Amino acid sequence: MQNLKLQVTLLTGRTIEQGVGKERGKTSKEYMESVSVCYIDPEDLKRLGIKEKANVQISTEYGSVVVKAIKSQRGPHPSIIFIPYGPWANALVDPETNGAGMPSLKGIPAEIAPAPDKPVLGLEKLLKEEFGKE
Amino acid sequence: MPIVKAVTCPVCGCLCDDIELTVENRKIAKVKNGCAMCESKFLSYSGHRLLKPLVRRNGEFVRVSLGEAIKKAAKILSESNYPLLYGWSSTSCEATRVGIELAEEVNGLIDNTSTICHGPSTLSTQDIGMASSTLGQIRHRADLIIYWGSNPWSAHPRHIERYTAFTEGRFEKSEWRGYLTKIKALNVKKKIRSALRRLQRKEKISMPSLHASPYPALLKKGRKLVVVDVRKTKTAEIADHFIQVEPNKDYELLQALRALVKDQEIETDNVAGIPTEYLEEIADVMVNCDFGVLFFGLGLTMSRGKLRNIDAALNLTRDLNMRTKFVIMPMRGHFNVTGADTVFTWQTGFPYAVDFSLGYPRYNPGETSAVDVLLRKESDSALIIASDPVSNFPKKAVEHLVKNPLIVIDPHMNATAQMADVIFPSAFVGVEASGTAYRMDHVPLPLKKIVDPPRGILSDEEILRRILSEVRKIRKRKQAEAS
Repeated sequence: MQNLKLQVTLLTGRTIEQGVGKERGKTSKEYMESVSVCYIDPEDLKRLGIKEKANVQISTEYGSVVVKAIKSQRGPHPSIIFIPYGPWANALVDPETNGAGMPSLKGIPAEIAPAPDKPVLGLEKLLKEEFGKE
Repeated sequence: MPIVKAVTCPVCGCLCDDIELTVENRKIAKVKNGCAMCESKFLSYSGHRLLKPLVRRNGEFVRVSLGEAIKKAAKILSESNYPLLYGWSSTSCEATRVGIELAEEVNGLIDNTSTICHGPSTLSTQDIGMASSTLGQIRHRADLIIYWGSNPWSAHPRHIERYTAFTEGRFEKSEWRGYLTKIKALNVKKKIRSALRRLQRKEKISMPSLHASPYPALLKKGRKLVVVDVRKTKTAEIADHFIQVEPNKDYELLQALRALVKDQEIETDNVAGIPTEYLEEIADVMVNCDFGVLFFGLGLTMSRGKLRNIDAALNLTRDLNMRTKFVIMPMRGHFNVTGADTVFTWQTGFPYAVDFSLGYPRYNPGETSAVDVLLRKESDSALIIASDPVSNFPKKAVEHLVKNPLIVIDPHMNATAQMADVIFPSAFVGVEASGTAYRMDHVPLPLKKIVDPPRGILSDEEILRRILSEVRKIRKRKQAEAS
């Protein structure tokens, strides 16, 4: 069951929780909890055989990161996952600017898999792992 | 307890200027009229603060005096060949003005957060032009409001309440009551649905469809709210109409609407996942409105097509102006990103991505934009102010940014500051320092100083002035030595 994987489209964007968290402080617990998550359609959660708040590994051509799964509301949004802007989303997005200065931060093909044994890294650990500096 | 009225909120591009703050023991104790983000900012600005300048020595941060940090930063900038000066959207226009002077002095590249936000919108506006207005006009007159690729409920929480559908305008009324009725009806619908589900489990009956035809709401009188997005957001839920476009297909949809507005026929059954018949209704609503407005967000600028999506949206507005009155406006995120663009334009002639490496300003996004310069590994140091690119740039760009000397000016500790070599704590503009900011419709508003900053903490503008003066001293010294 744990080998299940889904091909999805990754979107990044704002949420009100991320907005409130960033004003509270980028090193605050509220900020981390608001951006190290991934909104997934309830049906996709079933397909992956996991429940809400389980850890999931999201991988794209550009990187891979572990975040917490949250049921997306007001669906159905099958095969569309959403991660709020932040260091966790950034590990996954497409840097290509197509000569326009703007990287592609929405609509990126991604793969999602359950990751029960992998932890969601805190900000410092994530930065250390991604960039070797803390 | 002193109450400060008519405070401008320094969070998002709405720049709500009706905030009331109660100050108690030189701290903000109560916020009235603000949204969740506004309250969060005014009530927690004093937490997670940096209080002393820090310099990285042997991998560890060491507290230093302000003078020492200024010298270190000035040394880094004057010894670099191509420093990047990035951020500017969450500080005052006055600080940005000094920043541009500094960029010119060090022959660097100066860019603001437009580059990863509405940069494509600017490029497209330069090509096509933009029919726009102030938010006041929209508040009083707009009878059709469209949000495309934007979720104001989350990113600009009071936008709908202050400027569009839920505001009581002089000629157009608020739709707030209609929304409450709709929410009540939705709750009843949910209850019926769950009752039916329970019944279905027991008796295996088939579920009747509860989806009403999408069209009646389009015929309603008064203000109409239409949302186009790839996900059903909270804003989409309150809209009279929600159009769920397939990811990366906004361009097709915009062009299809352009064709319909021009009375051309579409030969396919659906465009970007939406039935053509439905699109025809939407086009009719657009043409038949008295004053329409299209607000667009990063859903258009960040997905496939980028500036070409904006081209299509601007052209759609232009086409609609042949039939009725229609305006368009980007939903600017940071509270002073419009101000950063404006000051950049006054001073250099260009709104963002300005390169001073040849001694005069050059502008060519794609070449002189921050992310591209970092991806090509061209910059050799960076000064980041009032921004957090380590949290907001793609990983590959950040890799180069953190490899080189990094100076950060920010009131808070954040991901970028954690990777910095020199950190200057600064005062929060709009809370602890005054200044000017531009609302998303280019209306300048004053930012107030409400409380004093912590002891020894200077404003962004003052820190930049001191760095600039030190850079000039180093330059003079070098010139004297050379001669």
